[in-house]
Amino acid sequence: MKQLFDRDTWIEIFQSIRKNRLRTFLTMIGVFIGIYIYIGLSGAANGLQNGFEREFKTIARNSMFVWAQQTSMPYSGFKTGRQIQLKLSDAETLKKQIPEIEAIAPRNVQGIFGSNPGVITRGLKSGNYSVFGDFPEFTKIATKRIYDGGRFINDEDIEQERKVCVIGERTQKELFDDEENPIGGYIEIDGVNFQVVGVHKFAGGGPFDNDSDIFIPFTTFRKLYNTGENVSWFTIAAYDDANVIEVEKDIKATLRRIHQTHPQDEKAIGSFNLGEMFNKIFGFSDGLIFLSLVVGIATILAGVIGIGNILLISVKERTKELGVRRALGATPGEVRNQIIIEALVLTLLAGIIGIILGAATLKLIDSLTGGGDFPYTNPTVPIPYVLGSLMLMIILGILIGLIPAQRAVSIRPIDALREE
Amino acid sequence: MIEIKDLHKSYRMGSNSLHVLKGINFSVEDGELVAIMGSSGSGKSTLLNILGMLDVADSGSYHLDGVPIKDLSETKAAQYRNKFLGFIFQSFNLINYKNAIENVALPLYYQRIGRKERQEKALKYLERVGLKQWATHLPSELSGGQKQRVAIARAMAAEPKVLLADEPTGALDSTTSYEVMDLIQKINDEGNTILVVTHEEDIAHMCKRIVHLKDGVIVEDKMVEQVRAAQYVQ
Ligand SMILES: Nc1ncnc2c1ncn2[C@@H]1O[C@H](COP(=O)(O)OP(=O)(O)OP(=O)(O)O)[C@@H](O)[C@H]1O
Ligand SMILES: [Mg+2]
Repeated sequence: MKQLFDRDTWIEIFQSIRKNRLRTFLTMIGVFIGIYIYIGLSGAANGLQNGFEREFKTIARNSMFVWAQQTSMPYSGFKTGRQIQLKLSDAETLKKQIPEIEAIAPRNVQGIFGSNPGVITRGLKSGNYSVFGDFPEFTKIATKRIYDGGRFINDEDIEQERKVCVIGERTQKELFDDEENPIGGYIEIDGVNFQVVGVHKFAGGGPFDNDSDIFIPFTTFRKLYNTGENVSWFTIAAYDDANVIEVEKDIKATLRRIHQTHPQDEKAIGSFNLGEMFNKIFGFSDGLIFLSLVVGIATILAGVIGIGNILLISVKERTKELGVRRALGATPGEVRNQIIIEALVLTLLAGIIGIILGAATLKLIDSLTGGGDFPYTNPTVPIPYVLGSLMLMIILGILIGLIPAQRAVSIRPIDALREE
Repeated sequence: MIEIKDLHKSYRMGSNSLHVLKGINFSVEDGELVAIMGSSGSGKSTLLNILGMLDVADSGSYHLDGVPIKDLSETKAAQYRNKFLGFIFQSFNLINYKNAIENVALPLYYQRIGRKERQEKALKYLERVGLKQWATHLPSELSGGQKQRVAIARAMAAEPKVLLADEPTGALDSTTSYEVMDLIQKINDEGNTILVVTHEEDIAHMCKRIVHLKDGVIVEDKMVEQVRAAQYVQ
C-alpha cells in the first residue's frame, strides 16, 4: 500500500511504460477499443432515445389515431365495400366501454384527406389553410404551445358554437403585420368571421405539427361545413400503464360492433398506433444499450486478457532485468506490486483514453447531426456507467496483473541472472 | 568478514546429481582483495552465488560480518543483499532503459533513500569511477569498460560490506581490463572487501590473495604480491 503512494514507484512504472512503447501501445489497444465501443454505442443509443423523446414531446407517448374505411367483408345484409362513417357518439361509447382510455378527441378537418382547404382572408390578404374542428380534449393528447396572451379552444367555445380560432405562427405572419397583435383580431374562414384567440407555436421537427394549421371549435366546424355528427378520426390517449396494443384492438372491435361490420373485418377501421411505434423505437434503443454493454464488456475483458498476456511475455523478456533488480535488493513483494501496478496503469490509461475519445466522438456526431431532422439529441453515457466501467477495469487490471506478477516472483534471481 | 565452513552444494538434474562444492572452508578478512580461480565448471560462480545469497548451500555454515546466513526468506535475502553486498557481473547487467545515474541509484531506491540524496550519492560514485559527464547516457551509448565502471559504481553506491565480482573483466580487452582492475584496486585501497572470480592469471595477480578451486574443493590458497594495474594504464 505504501508503495502505491510513493512517487518513486510511479517514476519507475512510467519509465518502464515509456521505455517499452510498442508493448505499451499493444497492451492498451484492446481495452481502449472495448471502452470506446461501449461509450460510443451506448451514447449513440441514448442519443437516439433522447432524439425521439424530443421529436415527440408534444404528443402523448401512448396515443393512437383511429379512422374509418371501407368494409372488406359482407356482414348482416350489408355488401362489402361499404364506407363507414365515425360519429360523435362513438367517442362516448368508447370512453364508457374501454376504461384504459384517458382522453379521446374527435376531430374533423378541412384541407387534408381530399377535402378543400379553407380559404382564409383578412382584408386584402388571403391564403389556403387546413382547418380543424377540435375539442379542448385534444390538448390533453397533443400539447399545443400557445403564445402568451392566447389560449386554445375551451368548453364554452364548444357549447356556444363560438366563432373563434387558434391560428399558426405562419398564418399570423402571412395575415398580420409584424407589430400587430393577432389576439382579438378577426379573420374570415370560408366567408365567416372568426376572432383569433390564440397563436400556436411551431414545435419544429415533429411530423404532427404544422405551423399553418387553424383550429376552431368542433361545434362551429360542423355548422360551417355541414358535417353533422360525423367525425373524421379520433385521436386517443391511453393511460400510461395501459397496453397500447390491447387498447387499440379493443377500440377497433368496439367501433366494428357499433358500425355493424364483420368482427374480423380488419379493413373497416384504420388506425395508427403511435404508442406501439414508440415502444418499438425504445425497445430498439434499449436493445442497443444492452448490446453495447455486452460488446463493450466482452471487448474490455478481451483487452484486459491481452494486457495480461503481453505483460506475461514482457515479464519473460525482462527476466534478466527483474533478476538484476532482485540482486540489487528488490523484494518479491516490490517486484509483484510493480507489475500489478503496471497492469493497472496500462488498463486505466487505455480506459480513460477510450472514454475521452468516445465522448469526443459522441460530441462530434452530435454537432454534425445537431439541429437537423434526424432524431438524435444529447448522446451521453450516464456518469455511473462510466464510473462502473472504470471500476470494472481497475478490478480486472489488478486480477490480470496478478498472473504475470506471480510469474515474475516465481523466477529465482539466480536463474534470472543466468539467462542469456 | 566472511566465514564459511564445510559448504556443500549439488545440482540435481533428473535422476543425476552433480556435486559441485564438496566441503569448502574459507574465510575472508575485512579489506581483503581475493581472486577465486579454477577451471571452467569448477564451481567458482556457484560459490560466489552462495556468498551473494542468490543461491543456498545444501549444508555447511556461512556467516557474513558475524550474521549467520541461513534459511532466509526471499524478502530477507533481498534486504541482506541490498545492505551487505554489491554485485559486479561479467555482462554488466545494467538496465538498458535507465541512464547511467539511474542505474547507479537503483540499489539506493530499494533502500528507500529519498530521491535527492539518491541522485547526489549516485553522482558521487559515478564521479569516483570517472564517468560523471556520462551520467545521463544510456548503457547503449557507453563502451564495455564504461559500462563495467557504471556497474562498479552501482555496486558501490549502497556502501556494501563486500563486493562480489564474477569475471568482471571477462568481456573486456586487456587494456580495459586493467582499467577496471585499477579501479577495483583503488576501491580496495580504501578498505573495501572484494572477491573477484577470474580465469586470467594476470588479473588474479592484481589481487592480494588467490584461492584455487578444483573439483569442488580449495586446492590452493595463497597470499601474493599485488601487481598494480595502474602501471598498465595510461
Ligand atoms: N543451476 C544449475 N543446474 C545444474 N547444474 C549447474 C547449475 N549451475 C551450475 N551448474 C553446474 O555446476 C558446475 C559448476 O558451475 P559454475 O557455474 O559454478 O562453474 P564456474 O567455475 O563458474 O565455471 P565458469 O568458469 O565456466 O564460469 C558446472 O558443471 C555447471 O554445469
Ligand atoms: Mg562462472
